[in-house]
Amino acid sequence: MDAGMVIIGAGECGGRAALALREHGYDGPISLIGEEAHLPYERPPLSKEAIVGADVPVAKTILTAERVADAGIEFIGSSRAVAIDRAAKNVRLADGRALAYDKLLLATGAVPRRLSLAVAGPRVAYLRTFDDALAIRARLTPGSRVVIVGGGFIGLELAASARKRGAAVTVLEAQPRILMRGVPADIAATVHALHADNGVEIACGEGIAAIRDDGDVRIRLANERVIEADLVVIGIGAAPVTALAESAGLAIDNGIAVDGRLRTSDAHIFAAGDCCSFPLAIYGGRRVRLEAWRNAQEQGALAARNMLGAELEHTAVPWFWSDQYEFSLQIAGLAEGASSAVRRDLGGGAFILFHLAADGQLLSASGIGPGNAVARDIRLAEMLIARQARPDPSELTSSDVKLKKLLAA
Amino acid sequence: MTDWIEACGAGDIDEEDVIRFDHGGRTFAIYRSPDDEYFATDGLCTHEKVHLADGLVMDEIIECPKHNGRFNYKTGAAKGAPVCLNLRTYPVKLEAGKVYLQIG
Repeated sequence: MDAGMVIIGAGECGGRAALALREHGYDGPISLIGEEAHLPYERPPLSKEAIVGADVPVAKTILTAERVADAGIEFIGSSRAVAIDRAAKNVRLADGRALAYDKLLLATGAVPRRLSLAVAGPRVAYLRTFDDALAIRARLTPGSRVVIVGGGFIGLELAASARKRGAAVTVLEAQPRILMRGVPADIAATVHALHADNGVEIACGEGIAAIRDDGDVRIRLANERVIEADLVVIGIGAAPVTALAESAGLAIDNGIAVDGRLRTSDAHIFAAGDCCSFPLAIYGGRRVRLEAWRNAQEQGALAARNMLGAELEHTAVPWFWSDQYEFSLQIAGLAEGASSAVRRDLGGGAFILFHLAADGQLLSASGIGPGNAVARDIRLAEMLIARQARPDPSELTSSDVKLKKLLAA
Repeated sequence: MTDWIEACGAGDIDEEDVIRFDHGGRTFAIYRSPDDEYFATDGLCTHEKVHLADGLVMDEIIECPKHNGRFNYKTGAAKGAPVCLNLRTYPVKLEAGKVYLQIG
């Protein structure tokens, strides 16, 4: 008989997967196991609306309690899966309970990379969960001094939000510039200038020698400068959560390794979202791992359909966005392997950089501008990337040529 | 009876495109379909209150510029995650080269 579907991880990916199983006609038991007490909620607002909103935030749930009840999904919150018995096809929880599965989805996500120099505490924080956001928000008051370690997206979004709350903000980045990973230098420079205009100090190429917390936090840099802070937030990247998969003997390769249909090295176990690495056909099958909201959502839904036997390939183009102040950045595709870049100016300070391979294939489009100025062209670029199109670079640069026309070509 | 409000000229919207129209403290999106018909909906996405007029029109679908929530702009129907609430639609008429909305 059907033992049911078990999903480990109740974030964007796990939550969407549970819903998708029902939407595609599955009527057997579904268990959704989450380490947090909260029902699945959206994480993107945690560095933005949850920090700047006038009212104490509420989690933006993907699945309300009513919807969980209506859909007959068993949500097991504040709970941790500790072992997978692949032969018996069951999952053991920390409380000793065992859940049998017909198909299992690992949507275990990622956790912030830890800075070995610092011990986390009330004044040294990381941001991943809703509760983390509440704790950070409580310490961000007008005039409070905040140091953000890491000039990546989490750190920079948080810097913008902290400025809106009237805090004094310093961002420390060990690399020579912010957003080194995956963002073109011209776009990073625009973001840097935006923060400078809003009164954020960004110090790049700054190594940290020590962090001490004795009431006030004191950060000593490699160059002997000492910065005092009321709050330090560390945002130096995230690591996939793979321990459970690893101890079950599943293949790991920069995350839980899955095939194009999101199946792990065990045909009954799937993985999706931040925790997995997968081959991307549009880039010749190169294995990638993404930490992105839309990927988590799409892969959760796709894994659910494949758990029901659909045999669908994941073909979506990676897509990412970030909001800082009144600007929004969007990136479709991955620029790795590009041999040239061309720029399209859209007016009002908005622009897009297109990265092309040596053979002319459009690999990625990265744009920034006020509001959603770049959104439409990035979406069209995404469709061109999906088709592995080789658009004429001179048409990409000319804002008189509509990208929609290139798509029709 | 509700009045018809003059919103824009018929030629102000390209085929298979959308523009924003603000009136009386509210915001709307007006569409011109590939077969040259005009439609109108509320202007903000039901997911996170983003102006749909910055989004992309493909056939009878408008896609939110932010999170790719998709709606059929002719019926207002939400087409799946992350949007689950439908968009409200409004009657549109074309008269003497002008687009009119009945926004009630």
